[in-house]
Amino acid sequence: MTRNIVISSGFHIVIIIITAMSLPFLSKKPINLPPIISVELIQISDLTNIPFAPKAKKIIEKVKEKEKKVVSEQAPPKIVKKQKPDVVPLPDEKIDKVKKIKDKKQNPKKVDNEIKQVSEFEKDELFDTNNIAALIDKSKIQEAKTTNKLDKVTQDQKKDVNFSGLSLSEEDALKAQIFGCWSIPLGLPYNKNLLVRIKLELKPDGTIIKSEILDHARMNKPGQGFYKVLAESALRAIQLCQPLRVPSSGYEKWKFLQLNFDAREMLEG
Amino acid sequence: MQEKCWKDKMLFRYLILLILLPIKSFALIEVDITRGNLSPLPLAVSPLSIDEKSREGFKKILKKENIGSEISMVVENNLKQSGLFNPLNKDSFLQKPDIANLKPRFEDWNLIKAQALITGKVTLIDNKLRVEFRLWDILAGKEMMALAFTTVPSNWRRVGHIITDKVYERLTGEKGYFDTRIIYVAEEGPKTKRIKKLAIMDQDGFNNKFLTLGNELVLTPRFSPTNQMVTYLSYFRNLPRVYLLDIETGMQEVVGDFAGMTFAPRFSPDGKKIIMSFAKDGNSDIYTMDLENRVVERITNHPSIDTSPSYSPDGKYICFNSDRSGYQQIYTMNNNGKNVKRISFGKGLYGTPVWSPRGDLIAFTRLHKGKFYIGVMRTDGTGERLLTENFYQEAPSWSPNGRVLIFYRETKSNSEGEGFSAKLWSIDLTGYNERLVETKTDASDPSWSSLLSN
Repeated sequence: MTRNIVISSGFHIVIIIITAMSLPFLSKKPINLPPIISVELIQISDLTNIPFAPKAKKIIEKVKEKEKKVVSEQAPPKIVKKQKPDVVPLPDEKIDKVKKIKDKKQNPKKVDNEIKQVSEFEKDELFDTNNIAALIDKSKIQEAKTTNKLDKVTQDQKKDVNFSGLSLSEEDALKAQIFGCWSIPLGLPYNKNLLVRIKLELKPDGTIIKSEILDHARMNKPGQGFYKVLAESALRAIQLCQPLRVPSSGYEKWKFLQLNFDAREMLEG
Repeated sequence: MQEKCWKDKMLFRYLILLILLPIKSFALIEVDITRGNLSPLPLAVSPLSIDEKSREGFKKILKKENIGSEISMVVENNLKQSGLFNPLNKDSFLQKPDIANLKPRFEDWNLIKAQALITGKVTLIDNKLRVEFRLWDILAGKEMMALAFTTVPSNWRRVGHIITDKVYERLTGEKGYFDTRIIYVAEEGPKTKRIKKLAIMDQDGFNNKFLTLGNELVLTPRFSPTNQMVTYLSYFRNLPRVYLLDIETGMQEVVGDFAGMTFAPRFSPDGKKIIMSFAKDGNSDIYTMDLENRVVERITNHPSIDTSPSYSPDGKYICFNSDRSGYQQIYTMNNNGKNVKRISFGKGLYGTPVWSPRGDLIAFTRLHKGKFYIGVMRTDGTGERLLTENFYQEAPSWSPNGRVLIFYRETKSNSEGEGFSAKLWSIDLTGYNERLVETKTDASDPSWSSLLSN
């Protein structure tokens, strides 16, 4: 028995190794090298990015770190239910708006939280020169903390790293394109679970080979008329948009793409 | 023996592991699409095709050159008025109606940017009008719906409205409101001596008919949600009373025998009761009357003025306006008058609350700093939105699908009393699709019927 298994597994290993070694080479196409374009690289950061005075630089870095810390420790923004604004404002509201504008004009000196380039002369406002050592020590601790924090990848980030093969700008470009093509059926109720998931198979140029509704069974169920209407509108949007704005590289990553159409935010206003 | 068995097991596990190792799983990239555009959907309404024999037949019966084109015009106009669709210009169509009806060349329609196409055929069979129509999804290249209707030729406009309802429902997901009628008060003459008649028309302003002669003053007509009955207020011998009118038969009767003034009537959602205000000795309260057994029930009992009652679509709640807080505001209560809650708290006065047929909103008129607003709020009073503002406008009435409101608007007259007019207007819930509803005379107090084809 053992002998047989050893022989069998041996053969299997050989076959798997042969397949793994040979097949990719067989399918590999000769690389078409693009013509060489000579590019002259000029370092312009010296011209545009004028270095700060060493002391001011330290201060700015410190302020930036502080800001980072504050941002990371902030509680998540409170979810406030959106309310559709009046189409017609009341006279009082109109007056309020005017008042607000006037207020702005009357008080030009407002506290600005933004980080600004600070000249050496303004350093006194930011920290006490007698406490430089203490500040440096603190900044060291803070630096360590920040790196620790950065090392920890949050769940959301992890999702981006592992599952989303598109960079943020690539994803935004694709989203923006589909936003423009998707005519949302306005009669749909906003309080029902109406999420349409469509799986696409794409060509390298972004045209669609196949589109498939993942919850296809819902399409023809009685009482799911709204889902059908939404799914059809999503399919129309994809057809209208093709070729989709896909990245020029990494075809294998986005050959199959899933689009989740969710109109609730729009319908609720 | 045991050791050998254990070894076998281990080997088997390694083998499985070895086979599974080369399989590399690729995670599917997901992109969330949470926004889209709300611009009207471009669609093409091809004229319905008609054969020569039927064309001649209809020409004799209806005095219309091409009834197919006429019906498609009705559909096109309805879709345009809804604000959700953008019917494309017929001059840009590349395919003829008779061919398009059989099998549209989707590329041709795609070329003019149509996303949907309506085609159809009209025939005259045994002196009856038979209309077939098809709705096509141009981008998917498939048929979405195909229906046929047979009716008397004079009903051709209604066929157009029914087709629109079907198309609207298929493309938006909610029921349409085109095969409906509107009852209103037609007004003529100078402002000081107005003649007011009860009138009825299709929702697009056609087939206008007067139901009363104008001898008595009529106000606030309201359609029954279930049948072709109307309740309204009429001043017969200078006594304002609530009346009931059957549009089909023309039968008219007084609702109840009250020793005082009854006004602001409205039907219950099942059409079996009328809810109204009854004023006596300077105090007005809300009453209901069962139309079958004529039993009258008092709903509110308060020294303030309670009026303009309107039922929720499930019949469990009533909204009304009352000045019990010192100013006229909107309140809700159970259908037995208990659990009264004030829901409007904004500045100014609120009136004419009407519960949406969908049940989620209450439409109202608001008077603030000399201007009139038509708006909507949720049934608990939150989410108030003002849709339109004007010098004088009031009396909103919901379309049967709860998406559009019809109301009337008056213009200012000059010092000599000239320039006054009252017209019907419609506005949808977005507040952007505001349209004048054409009427032959001045008009006020509109009320939308339920769908006739239900």
